[in-house]
Amino acid sequence: MNSLPVDLLLLSIATPLVAALAISLGAPLRLAKGIATVAFAVPALIALFLWSRFSGETQHATYAFYTVYNTGLQAIGIHLSLGLNGISLPLFVLAGVVGLAAGLYAIQSNAERLKTYLVLLLVMQGGLMGVFASVDIFFFYFFHELALIPTFIMVGIWGGKDRNYAAMKMTIYLTAGAMLSLIGLIALYHKSGANSFDLITLREALLAHGLKAGVQNYIFGLLMFGFGILVSLWPFHTWAPLGYGAAPSSAAMLHAGVLKKFGLYGLVQIALPLLPLGVIEWARPLAILAVVGNLLVIGFITIAQRDLKQMVGYSSVMHMGYAFLGLTTFAAAGTFGIGGVVLMMVAHGFSVALLFLLSTSVYHRTQTFDMTEMGGLAQKAPVMSAFFVAATMASIGLPGFANFWGELTIFFAAWKFSPLLTTLAVTGVVVSAVYGLRSVARVFFGPQSEAFAKVAAEKPVTDLTCCEKLPALILLAALLFVGFWPKSISTPLNSALEAIYHPPAAVLAPAETAK
Amino acid sequence: MPQLDLLKAAAESNHWTAILPELLLGCLALFLLALELVLPKKQHGVIPAVAIIGQIGILLGLLLRLYPSFNGQYTFSGLLHHTSGGEFMRAFFLLSSTFVCVLGTIALAKQKMPRIEFFNIVLVVSAAMMLLAQSNNFILLFVSLETVTVGFYVLVSYFRTNPLSLEAGLKYLITGALSSGLLLFGIVLLYGVAGNPTLPGSSANSMDFTALHTFLAANPNNFLAALGIVLVLSGVAFKIGAVPFQIWIPDVYQGAPTPVTAFLAVASKAAGFSILLALMGVFAPYKHLTVTVLSLMAMATILFGNLAALTQHNVKRLIGLSGVSHAGYLLIGVVAASVLPANLAGQAVGAIYFYLFAYLLASFAVFGVMTHLAGGDDSDQELEHYSDLGKTHPFLGAVLAIGLGSLAGIPPLAGFMGKLLIFVAAFKAGLHGLLIVAIIGVVISIYYYFGWIKAAFFETWRAPLLEGETDPRPVRTSVGLAAGVMLASLALATVVLGFYQGGLGVWLLNR
Repeated sequence: MNSLPVDLLLLSIATPLVAALAISLGAPLRLAKGIATVAFAVPALIALFLWSRFSGETQHATYAFYTVYNTGLQAIGIHLSLGLNGISLPLFVLAGVVGLAAGLYAIQSNAERLKTYLVLLLVMQGGLMGVFASVDIFFFYFFHELALIPTFIMVGIWGGKDRNYAAMKMTIYLTAGAMLSLIGLIALYHKSGANSFDLITLREALLAHGLKAGVQNYIFGLLMFGFGILVSLWPFHTWAPLGYGAAPSSAAMLHAGVLKKFGLYGLVQIALPLLPLGVIEWARPLAILAVVGNLLVIGFITIAQRDLKQMVGYSSVMHMGYAFLGLTTFAAAGTFGIGGVVLMMVAHGFSVALLFLLSTSVYHRTQTFDMTEMGGLAQKAPVMSAFFVAATMASIGLPGFANFWGELTIFFAAWKFSPLLTTLAVTGVVVSAVYGLRSVARVFFGPQSEAFAKVAAEKPVTDLTCCEKLPALILLAALLFVGFWPKSISTPLNSALEAIYHPPAAVLAPAETAK
Repeated sequence: MPQLDLLKAAAESNHWTAILPELLLGCLALFLLALELVLPKKQHGVIPAVAIIGQIGILLGLLLRLYPSFNGQYTFSGLLHHTSGGEFMRAFFLLSSTFVCVLGTIALAKQKMPRIEFFNIVLVVSAAMMLLAQSNNFILLFVSLETVTVGFYVLVSYFRTNPLSLEAGLKYLITGALSSGLLLFGIVLLYGVAGNPTLPGSSANSMDFTALHTFLAANPNNFLAALGIVLVLSGVAFKIGAVPFQIWIPDVYQGAPTPVTAFLAVASKAAGFSILLALMGVFAPYKHLTVTVLSLMAMATILFGNLAALTQHNVKRLIGLSGVSHAGYLLIGVVAASVLPANLAGQAVGAIYFYLFAYLLASFAVFGVMTHLAGGDDSDQELEHYSDLGKTHPFLGAVLAIGLGSLAGIPPLAGFMGKLLIFVAAFKAGLHGLLIVAIIGVVISIYYYFGWIKAAFFETWRAPLLEGETDPRPVRTSVGLAAGVMLASLALATVVLGFYQGGLGVWLLNR
């Protein structure tokens, strides 16, 4: 089935995990750094290689590079099946590239107990590659949890302010979300009658037998709130700014940039195509939560932040509102808005990771995250300020950056769904411009604050070092590449969306249509 | 003459080779006593080693199927029924008693106590549990259960210089006697009503599970039988620690020596579940009653166990109460197995076995770490004693994290797979209410399991020691070879079974 000589997907999952094992068995620090560099680079290179090889011709029900392994649970329909389609491919690339950047940034940082830190990051990276390469929804969930656990530990040990409280809060919220979505997935498994966790089998079974509207509604509700908590849907978002504020930078980059996309990806790849009636039923409440809660309420809260890292955390919560809005347009605009959501996920992943990286670099110079105690950094660190301005522009959604295409598509689709909500959502762009530009002004321009002058006198401020520049450059290049050539993602994406999304009537139980 | 025939037939069904592992265990226990007499006192150190190696040998024989197989047959005039599930439980009990012996050597070294009797009693208790798992008759069930319980009376109060251990022994004695009384009363009621010749399906031999099942099927609405069933279930609920029969758990778990607590938490609970699984088959005609009783029990057990564990600072009490909640999750599996049709019930039973096995691995990993951290006062094991464990003893810290993660049901560890299999079975059986309660329970449990991990890994501020003050944390024992191998293999098995269930998964789900 697999046209490749070795299963590169399995290799991309296994390399970081094996490297983590090797480092934890007691490699000396220099060797550990070398191993980690290779282990972060391999998944990224595999992802880029597979992207270039992905032709859109699919080998097995929209999936390319498809392989199945048996792990001993086939009696209840669980297999480790790996593959990529047009939806998972861009996210797989995102995971590889952001993972490489976060890994490189961690290797150059002089964190205490660096080896343990790298082990945890590598485990997380292995899990992330697995999430987007899995076709089996059990393993999709499983790899997510594998990546999630190291986050809690990293926040607890290497975290900053309020780390104990933040770690505990994140753990409880995210476990609750994961448990709800697990029950939703088991419900889907059981009600579909497929007796299999394999997404392809599930899809075929649902197209053959259909599912009653009531059942679709409640399963979608479980998945929506379960995944919603993981993606910080308002009002279940409170773990996110706190957790990201406390998390060490590489962990925040991987979590906010990639792992958080798990929930949205689950909705796009699993929930929406399999439960279209559920989406239509829930579209309005979800859209209102997303626009009023995530975009407007959180948008204004973001403006009020003084802590740079918390501000980035809040802004990432806010941007999830666009994604949820895009999902609700399914009934009105078909798969058009869904494509926008995937583009937006990829773009936001790159830009938020870059922002977290730069915030930590700012911290190393100013010794504080408080934006009122900074100022005038642009004179001493022009390269850093250029990167930061670019990242902020990307996050606001200026043309030329990847985020622009995602947001634009979502707005077009949302207009067909509800002009009022779209108008409100567009004002969100203004809000994000306000806090984005204000933060740039406070950190990089204007006069130096007294507190910062004191710090700068003790330790002269330097510009980004080479080791810091490299990961930042990787992320910025990715943002620009997708911004100028979105077709590289959207062409395979559209064909995959057309193949797996069906009109809602096709997934309705025949008994009900007959009645 | 006919009487002679009867005796002859009975003797012919006594296949002593069918209980060869149990017999060998008993002989091993006697051999240890002989060794104690023969060997000079200086060389008594080899006795625990002999006990451990002997058990591993018997276990290997079981796993490699060296003993004659009686699978599916009845022996000893129907006293024993040999099933594949029984085989699994046999290996399970033997494995746990081996681990208990390893932990026993570490814990006993910290006390001035006679060392040898401990191993004798553990071996005998283990043999009795193995018989219990295969019993098909109330007499054998009660006799072997009492052997287990009496053994535990001694084991729980084994550290007799420690007042808390004595208190725990007394509490276990009283509540254990009460539970035996309830069980016996239930058995007598069932025996009496099923032996009533005026009722259809009655039998003179109604202690026998098969005969009792026939009787119950013929009289589906008998009040006395229903009362007997509820009493028997209550007696078993004591063993598994299900609400409202869980009151003894925190005190007894705290007072008992740590290896004995582990034995109670794992093997005694599992013994209760193996009885329960057998009895659910016998009581199947009264499904409406048993399912209601067990469902209510499961809900109350999950909520109580998790909520009560939230506020605990003593880790022995904490793990005891968390064990109560695990009994609740397992009860969901039992309910699912009795609700589901026969072809799917096998998968639910397989899920219970998998859960128990994962629970064994994780619990012994945690108890192993606890044994190393305990000081001279075995009942005094507080959460704050774990501070800096990740730094000073990274190996013990890693084992603890894996064990607790598995108990909390976090992927990719075996405990998660156990929960998943139980949840899938419960969903197939349509137990939505129980599932909601289970989810709430899992989320609550994260708080205390994670709190424990936090205590061991995350740095917190501690008051500096004043002059003349000693560190309140007991001295941590360094890890020996046997314990190191045991802990490493437990942790490894917990991780691997989360990823790859392989042959075990296939065997459990397709039995």
